[in-house]
Amino acid sequence: MDFNHTEERQMLADMAGRFVREQYEIETRHKNAESDDGFSRETWGQLAELGLIGALFSEDAGGFGGAGFDVAVVFEQFGRGLVVEPFLANLLAGTALTDGNESQKTILESVITGETLLAFAHGEPSGRYYASHVETSAKAADGGYVLNGNKGVVISGDTADHLVVSARTSGAGDDKDGISLFLVPANVDGVHVRGYPTIDGYRAAEIALKDVKVSADALIGAEGRGLSIIETAHARGTLAVSAEALGAIEVAIDLTLEYLKTRKQFGVPIGKFQALQHRMADMMTEREQIRSALINAAGSLDSDERDWNISALKNLVGRSGRKIAEEVIQMHGGIAMTWEYAAGHYSKRIIMIDHMFGDEDHHLEQIIKIGKAA
Amino acid sequence: MDLNYTVDEQDFQSEVHGFFKTKLPNDLSRKVKEKKRLSKEDMETWHAILNEAGYLNAHWPVEFGGKGWNAIQRDIFDVESSAAGAPRVVPFGVNMLSPVLMAFGSKEQQQHYLPRILDGTDWWCQGYSEPGSGSDLASLKMSAVRDSDHYVLNGQKTWTTLGQHANMIFCLVRTSKEGKPQEGISFILVDMDTPGVEVRPIIMLEGTHEVNEVWFTDVRVPAENLVGEENKGWTYAKYLLVHERSGIAGVGDALASIEHLKHIAQDQKKDGKPLADDPMFAARLSEIEIDLSAMRTTNMRVMQQAAEGAPPGPEVSMLKVKGTVLRQSINDLTRRALGPYAMPFVSEALDFGYNEKPIGPDYANPMSMDYFNHRKTSIYGGSNEIQRNIISKMMMGL
Ligand SMILES: Cc1cc2nc3c(=O)[nH]c(=O)nc-3n(C[C@H](O)[C@H](O)[C@H](O)COP(=O)(O)OP(=O)(O)OC[C@H]3O[C@@H](n4cnc5c(N)ncnc54)[C@H](O)[C@@H]3O)c2cc1C
Repeated sequence: MDFNHTEERQMLADMAGRFVREQYEIETRHKNAESDDGFSRETWGQLAELGLIGALFSEDAGGFGGAGFDVAVVFEQFGRGLVVEPFLANLLAGTALTDGNESQKTILESVITGETLLAFAHGEPSGRYYASHVETSAKAADGGYVLNGNKGVVISGDTADHLVVSARTSGAGDDKDGISLFLVPANVDGVHVRGYPTIDGYRAAEIALKDVKVSADALIGAEGRGLSIIETAHARGTLAVSAEALGAIEVAIDLTLEYLKTRKQFGVPIGKFQALQHRMADMMTEREQIRSALINAAGSLDSDERDWNISALKNLVGRSGRKIAEEVIQMHGGIAMTWEYAAGHYSKRIIMIDHMFGDEDHHLEQIIKIGKAA
Repeated sequence: MDLNYTVDEQDFQSEVHGFFKTKLPNDLSRKVKEKKRLSKEDMETWHAILNEAGYLNAHWPVEFGGKGWNAIQRDIFDVESSAAGAPRVVPFGVNMLSPVLMAFGSKEQQQHYLPRILDGTDWWCQGYSEPGSGSDLASLKMSAVRDSDHYVLNGQKTWTTLGQHANMIFCLVRTSKEGKPQEGISFILVDMDTPGVEVRPIIMLEGTHEVNEVWFTDVRVPAENLVGEENKGWTYAKYLLVHERSGIAGVGDALASIEHLKHIAQDQKKDGKPLADDPMFAARLSEIEIDLSAMRTTNMRVMQQAAEGAPPGPEVSMLKVKGTVLRQSINDLTRRALGPYAMPFVSEALDFGYNEKPIGPDYANPMSMDYFNHRKTSIYGGSNEIQRNIISKMMMGL
């Protein structure tokens, strides 16, 4: 075994890290988040030029990375900066397009260069975290399809040029078969997008599809076989947000450590109080546990062990991440309750990541299911 | 022992229940239940209704116009109030300053301020904490220097809750640097319209404005605004902290929040069935209910002992720690119950009269905000670390 990154991957991590440190201070982040788009197109272009979108995709797909560790190192740095640019949405939808036809692959290439934005319109208002829950329908008509249904909490759904939409061509409810994926331009008739902010400063959208007509070549992959593509996209997305959580946890713990050393009460730095020291020690231990789970998951992303490792990672990020996010605030005292101080924003992101691709309990349930099936 | 209400207590409960049913305005309880922003006027309206009914100060001693309610009565009122969706009473005047004035204030101060607290003429805020003095409150620096018949105040208070609505602030100030830090602190009442007082907002991590910085530059305060004796303020402040035992556990609010959570868990579907039927969710919820049921009795036991004259002990700190952690765990489980809809947050939707369609279920929007906002409860009013220090010091005697 070797726990070192390859030289190229280390360079990728360093480059992303440098960008965040030097050009993405918290003020810039808030400014981008509060702009109309909810992110900066200029920053997005810069990051595309640095190759950070390409790093998420394999050479076959027009990128130059795409391995689990590529996704992990890049998103860890994004977590350190609370980067609001729409990497996650494009990772999810872009992953689906790697199974697409030639014209869809061309679109993926323009995603990698930063020209086109995608979003992954899969989750539905009553679906919670279940990947196979699709009520949206796709009926064959006039040599194409007509889509009807509602998509909920579509990350970065309000700025996307194209949507990857899941819809049933057969079956019902939670059936595993019969889900198909379509690439739909966001501006066609019948696509109604309502964007809104999330509490941690990102953007999402509710998307209603009313008699949306698409041609036959809008289909991604084989009809009715969409679920495995969705599961692949979700596994990569889960890895990405978990790495992001780790990055956010690193910064949040560093801020806390610094504060414990400098904030004085009762004539001493509050870090002198053992009541806080032991908890800090636990937090740092949990951070390393999360890092290890991330390594396990990144390394098994393209293997049979994927689902267990991804669920183990996400359960730990939910469980220990919550503890750390709450302790970060508690151990700072009032200051971390303010908008002006960064720590609270990191805590918000760490907690909200528990609500993406399944929370702590959801993934515990997955682990139990996988164990029973074995 | 008898865990049933006596006939008197039953009567009391129906009286109180009837009051909330008839006197609590519909709009107001809807705002509270839907977690909309309350305006200053909303809070004043409710204050006035309670006062009119004699409930605002029912816990005051009879000699000061209260009803001298006992522990059981206060619990009943608290639980009914939260269940009805009544706004929380802003505590700074009627629950915090008043007991201090009754115990240590002059006759003139009592006669002047107590009626104004009741009729809402004065809105008080609490000026204890300073940027450098949070847990270590006794290190506070804001100075008050005597200048003939005035004190001149200089310094800064912070975290002042609802200071933006207040016209009066009670402050702990330094009047002496001799001896132990606790021995140079005085308790003084300040009219916030006095020249040199400036209030600046602090925005909280979920974007709300509920706390402030209050700056004092050469603020001249009449010497008669000093409460009790100079340099004895620490004793009064501590009296206030241990005197105000009720409400610290937040039983009524916790009960109402659990009811709300149960409603959400019925409405949310997981795998086609109500989330409430999910074993993992049900386990988490049941644990909270076990804790809360025990805490409600702990709370009444402590309050009854206090009413019978027992000296304040570590139980107050236990209630603070347990009450806040429990409340926070309800917030935590509520955000979990929402699934992905814990994420959307539309600030304008907190305004009453916002009538666009909600994002997701109509109860979802404020719940993560509430979760983050309630992290404050284990920090303020003596952090939970400080409370645990008190408990261990008092009980272990090491
Ligand atoms: C929303 C909100 C509203 C508030 N409203 C008011 C108000 O209206 N009026 C007012 O005067 N104040 C108010 N406060 C201030 C509040 O009382 C202080 O925040 C509190 O006393 C903690 O002080 P601090 O924030 O400076 O934290 P610090 O005292 O700096 O503490 C930082 C951390 O160190 C821990 N710590 C400190 N000392 C010890 C120790 N000896 N052992 C172990 N751990 C320790 C603390 O528990 C905390 O975790 C409010 C605070 C908040 C957040």
